[in-house]
Amino acid sequence: MNTTPLLHMSAISKSFPGVKALDRVDFTVQPGEIMALLGENGAGKSTLMRILDGVFTPDSGQIFWRGQPVQIRSPQDAKNLGISMIHQELALVPYLDVAKNIYLGREPAGLLPGTIDWTTLYEQAHQQLARLDLDVDPRTPVRDLPLAQQQMVEVAKALSLSAQLIVMDEPTSSLSNAEVAVLFRTMRALKEQGVSIVFISHRLNEIFAIADRVTVLRDGSLVGSEPLQGMTADALIRMMVGRELGETNQRPAGEDVQSQRQPILEVRNLSRAGILHDINFTLYEGEILGVAGLVGAGRTELAETIFSVHPPTQGDILLRGQKLRLRRPADAIRAGIALVTEDRKGQGLFLRMEVGANISVRILHQLARFGLIRWRDSQHLAQEYVDKLGVRTPSVRQKVRNLSGGNQQKVVIAKWLTLKPQVLILDEPTRGIDVGAKGEIHRLMRELASQGVGILMISSELPEVLGVSDRVLVMRGGRVVAEMNPRLATQDDIMRAATGAKTS
Amino acid sequence: MSLSLSRLFRRSTVFIFLLVLVVFFSLTTNRFLVGQNLTNILVQNSHVILTAVGMTLVMLSGGIDLSVGSVAALCGALSAGLVARNGLPAEIAIVLGLVAGFGLGLVNGGLVVYGKLPPFVATLSMLGVARGLTLAYTNSRPISNLGDAYNFWGRGDVLGVPMPLIVWVTVVVLMTYLLSQTRFGLYVYAIGGSEETARLASVPVNRVKMVTYGLSGTLAALAGVLLTARVYSAQPQAAVGLELQAITAAVLGGVSLFGGVGNIPTAVFGALLVGVLGNGMNHLRVASYPQQIIQGVVLVLAVAIDMATQRIGGHKSKRGSSS
Ligand SMILES: Nc1ncnc2c1ncn2[C@@H]1O[C@H](COP(=O)(O)OP(=O)(O)OP(=O)(O)O)[C@@H](O)[C@H]1O
Ligand SMILES: [Mg+2]
Repeated sequence: MNTTPLLHMSAISKSFPGVKALDRVDFTVQPGEIMALLGENGAGKSTLMRILDGVFTPDSGQIFWRGQPVQIRSPQDAKNLGISMIHQELALVPYLDVAKNIYLGREPAGLLPGTIDWTTLYEQAHQQLARLDLDVDPRTPVRDLPLAQQQMVEVAKALSLSAQLIVMDEPTSSLSNAEVAVLFRTMRALKEQGVSIVFISHRLNEIFAIADRVTVLRDGSLVGSEPLQGMTADALIRMMVGRELGETNQRPAGEDVQSQRQPILEVRNLSRAGILHDINFTLYEGEILGVAGLVGAGRTELAETIFSVHPPTQGDILLRGQKLRLRRPADAIRAGIALVTEDRKGQGLFLRMEVGANISVRILHQLARFGLIRWRDSQHLAQEYVDKLGVRTPSVRQKVRNLSGGNQQKVVIAKWLTLKPQVLILDEPTRGIDVGAKGEIHRLMRELASQGVGILMISSELPEVLGVSDRVLVMRGGRVVAEMNPRLATQDDIMRAATGAKTS
Repeated sequence: MSLSLSRLFRRSTVFIFLLVLVVFFSLTTNRFLVGQNLTNILVQNSHVILTAVGMTLVMLSGGIDLSVGSVAALCGALSAGLVARNGLPAEIAIVLGLVAGFGLGLVNGGLVVYGKLPPFVATLSMLGVARGLTLAYTNSRPISNLGDAYNFWGRGDVLGVPMPLIVWVTVVVLMTYLLSQTRFGLYVYAIGGSEETARLASVPVNRVKMVTYGLSGTLAALAGVLLTARVYSAQPQAAVGLELQAITAAVLGGVSLFGGVGNIPTAVFGALLVGVLGNGMNHLRVASYPQQIIQGVVLVLAVAIDMATQRIGGHKSKRGSSS
């Protein structure tokens, strides 16, 4: 360790009104190193990285780049030093195409002053995409891409800078295993070339798989920086939360839910042309039904069809034995179905409004008397959910945009829970949520189930599917290809069903 | 599939509307579908087209410019006054008028970018101020005796092609090039799509926005000059309500009120649609108050369609086909 570090951030502090986001944090990255940054939702990871990118100015502290003190006042300054950033929230212009997004602000110049050399632009973009095995036409508007591919476009954008240090703030949260593998391969190649990477993720297995060292933050303070070699997951979690975590497996042991309970949601021969094929299953009262499958297996489409975002071409949906006639999501909500989608950013958080208003917005009519909203009741209600889900915020009066990424997601989940749905569909419910809060959300799901709610949980994390569900459906190519008992099935069994590999 | 359909619809609404109107007026009046009248439509609506182009620039970047009517009147009057009162050559007076329009646009931009005022508020105040200045400068009386060199811009022709037509076609070509081929154009779309993202990508957001307002002001001034030249005099109440026509034209042409979507050529068709509507109603002898009502209704319809397709499109964007 006697080389000059590439980056040394020294005693960085940053306060927001009501929050000390960072308290004298030190952070060092060596050349050619992959440094993981770990901490609970709201620990200050993104804030530290935004300071490095010049988005925020620190209240105090010093940044050294290759041993020299530097001032980073804007993202442009950071770029000039050789720092490239993938922000936690996607930073893409939805209507612009992939190539324009990748090179926005750095377009190759054309012949006439002020013009753009489009041929080169698209060629270079094509190369960047190929580097990431991304089979996407660079002329596709970004909004037409699925979330995972949008995320990969972000990665391509960051790589195209040929930076010395690449910061990746939760790049994997919306990626599937296949894409994570490609990303990791690229990260290793960059490391070979001497590029340093800061990698933020809530998935410990990813951190163990890719990183050399880890820096852990808790409540805005540095807990420590350690090499990962010889470190255990438990030790990491202890550093992160400052205590042991309880068993997260919340399933009541050995109970057979189906035999004793009423069906709540029945799906019969449900099809959507080219997307879903003849889907049949029953969700029982108080059951958590896991839905596993690869990206593209049709899981999100299934959820959206039940929620009547899209009409099915065929088939029926029955709620408590009654055939539902749903035309739009509002009908589904009225019938008692709620859907927390995988893309929570797009799902209508009012970013400029307070946490309290965001949580209670779905049931304002219940909180109103003579047409006037009783804000005090709304705040009490919001506080209840904030406590239940462990949303880290100075108060329910805080604006949602000021919450950390993971905490914004908890607000979305809270918003849907206020509806007290009979059927709750959760698409990737713990994406981007820290290990401790994950357990809280699983506990909450279990509690809802014990009150009779039927829960359909789509998840790409196999340990979650196996650990939380009472029963598991596996989808492939728009069909349900297997049903499994999570007490007996293994991750391998699910993967085999999901990929269609022969069972040995 | 429904995605491309909704887009196609969005892009072609204006053409469908235009066709329907043309057919309707051809059937209900006998003077509509005449070569002379069609040329009239192209010439008489030059000011709407020019301001619609400026409006498109501003709206694409996520703003709006309500001051175009007043700015057109003020700059038209100014250039006319410089000729009639100060005896300046027409060309110089016109250029000074355009410079004034650019300056007023920059003031709008400065209030929005640096004053952090909502575009609606900033340009609404400019609407009031510029109209007031027009009344003061003209003493609420028309300025006439502008001379042939000035009137040429509204009444003259080159090889039989009317000047106003030449002017706006040139502007449309230039601005379309600017918007589709240059860095500036890309930045306008990027800022309208997501200002925050544009900032992170170190796009000079403030400067680009200033320029869009500046251009809108310049084009409004040009519109004012053409209008003045066409009626041989600067009227203190010229171009009242032009902002409504320009916004209607842009929105009819598929420019989103939320920024980031749209282009100049279809906005021009939007302006022609507005023009055809007015021209046809004149032929049907609809009085001017009902005409204004109908124009208002058309704007509401256009916005409703904008929001509806926005919703359809918005849905798709979130859908993705993952998992
Ligand atoms: N602009 C802001 N205004 C006020 N408070 C803020 C702002 N940005 C962040 N915070 C607060 O600072 C703290 C740290 O947030 P940060 O986004 O750095 O967390 P994080 O570690 O990235 O969490 P996550 O894992 O959820 O992304 C949080 O309490 C958050 O509410
Ligand atoms: Mg974060």
